[in-house]
Amino acid sequence: MRPAFSVLFLTTLIGAGQGLLIALVAGQLFLVVGTGDASLSGGFYAVGSLIALVLLALGLLASFFHLAHPMRAWRAATQWRTSWLSREVIALPALMGLAVLYGGLHALGWDGPLMHFANGKSLDLTMAVGFVTVIACLALFLCTGMIYACVKFIREWHSVWTVINYTMMGLASGFVLAAAYAASLGTVVTGLYVGTALVLIVLALVGRAISLWRNARIKPLATLRGAIGAPHQNIRQVTQGFNGKSFNTKEFFHGKSPETVRMLTTFFLASGFAAPFALVALGMGSAALLWLAFLVQYVGLLAERWVFFAQGNHVQNLYYQRKG
Amino acid sequence: MANEKQLALVIDLNVCVGCHACVTSCKEWNTSGWAGPLPDQDAYGKDPDGVFFNRVQTFECGTFPDTETVHFPKSCLHCEDPPCVPVCPTGASYKRESDGIVLVDYDKCIGCKYCSWNCPYGAREFDEITGVMKKCTLCVDRIYDETLPPDRRKPACVLACPPGARLFGDIKDPTSEASKAIRDNGGYQLMPEAGTSPANHYLPRRKTQSVVHEDQLQRADNPLSREAEPPKFGGPTIDDASQW
Repeated sequence: MRPAFSVLFLTTLIGAGQGLLIALVAGQLFLVVGTGDASLSGGFYAVGSLIALVLLALGLLASFFHLAHPMRAWRAATQWRTSWLSREVIALPALMGLAVLYGGLHALGWDGPLMHFANGKSLDLTMAVGFVTVIACLALFLCTGMIYACVKFIREWHSVWTVINYTMMGLASGFVLAAAYAASLGTVVTGLYVGTALVLIVLALVGRAISLWRNARIKPLATLRGAIGAPHQNIRQVTQGFNGKSFNTKEFFHGKSPETVRMLTTFFLASGFAAPFALVALGMGSAALLWLAFLVQYVGLLAERWVFFAQGNHVQNLYYQRKG
Repeated sequence: MANEKQLALVIDLNVCVGCHACVTSCKEWNTSGWAGPLPDQDAYGKDPDGVFFNRVQTFECGTFPDTETVHFPKSCLHCEDPPCVPVCPTGASYKRESDGIVLVDYDKCIGCKYCSWNCPYGAREFDEITGVMKKCTLCVDRIYDETLPPDRRKPACVLACPPGARLFGDIKDPTSEASKAIRDNGGYQLMPEAGTSPANHYLPRRKTQSVVHEDQLQRADNPLSREAEPPKFGGPTIDDASQW
């Protein structure tokens, strides 16, 4: 498949935004259930939510560049019963609204306890909204992943690993960002974010490695025999019927050499996983190194998304093998 | 989604000669019709590009010298379970319940191209000029046009095909020409493993053979031969009687 840069930016930006929101809520929960008296000001969560909101908004903006008729984009929310793309169109603005609510409640300090527990702890309003935000983040990860995983004519994508990898890579990048943000302010949750980010980077790498391994030995969904229905073992295309270009030869082929794909695969394994892991691990608590880790990781994840598209081999390509 | 009526094409690969008449007539009719335009870019330049609803491809099957050439017209198959329809986020892609034709509402399409990812046949082509997805309509603006004579109410490709390789009809009606052709000539669907249940069917190539025996090459008895003596009869014949 041809990688569309609008979609590369959309999926990587909102992934980082979702991961950051989950990290913020996880940090709040960590401090609430912890035994210490440490807590963070509402401003920490408010600014953090604002960063996540900017990432989500930039992703949404990028997605509009994928559409030929962005003014009709509102229609894309209508078919949520059948279309994962439509569900994502609903889930993304809903999450943005929740990010505004979560950050706004923290900024205004509207944080009354909703219920009290026997151990003296309480469920505060911001915590409750945070839980809903986390659910919305996970729902959006599911929608984004399923858009690709449900395309059964691209075998490389039609797998549960697509959803898992989108989620894990988004979480990893969000937690690295959260670590950099927390370290810049010198807050108590920096250690939590650094540790979690390291674990998430490793888990995301394992998931991505499994999908790379799966792609390398994947069997095609169909052969030319079934595609044209000729009962022969040996079929070759003489001509696809035209010498020029068509939508079918542009949208479904990335047009780059296998060496480019291999090179970028190596690059994203290094830049998206190995380098940020080293920077986060070695630069314990150093805000500058953590910000660098996030930027290096983001570039790596962009390359990862490019390779994800380029490795998707659509069944229709059987019909477009030779100009003649 | 089981329609009571399902219009479709039946394409006889044994008859198709790969002349592309269906391709050009489709483009001619549809670019100026209801489903148009089908724009070309750089049509006379080095790198032409364009939208077509129908393509004719050519494949070579078998191992030399036992090969055969298959000309293969490919357009939207109007699947009975079209995977392109439910994934459309706006509802622009739809399958008509009245006759099973799969269409795109150009006024609702946002040009996200997601439907084309969900078609295993590459039947949809995106129009970059108007920014909407386009596809074969089975000439929906011809087949119900009562200003046309009844025998002309067929898709443009069917009318254009010089050897008559394309049939058009309701495949749910067992008495239609299309249904009979599928039944009698082993009509099949493309890529059944995709689970789309295409409405368009293809008729397979058939080996046309006639066996000639050695004795049929020698004329053992030729009633028109003037070389042999005519048979003699004993008495006068009617010719003798009339020749005075």
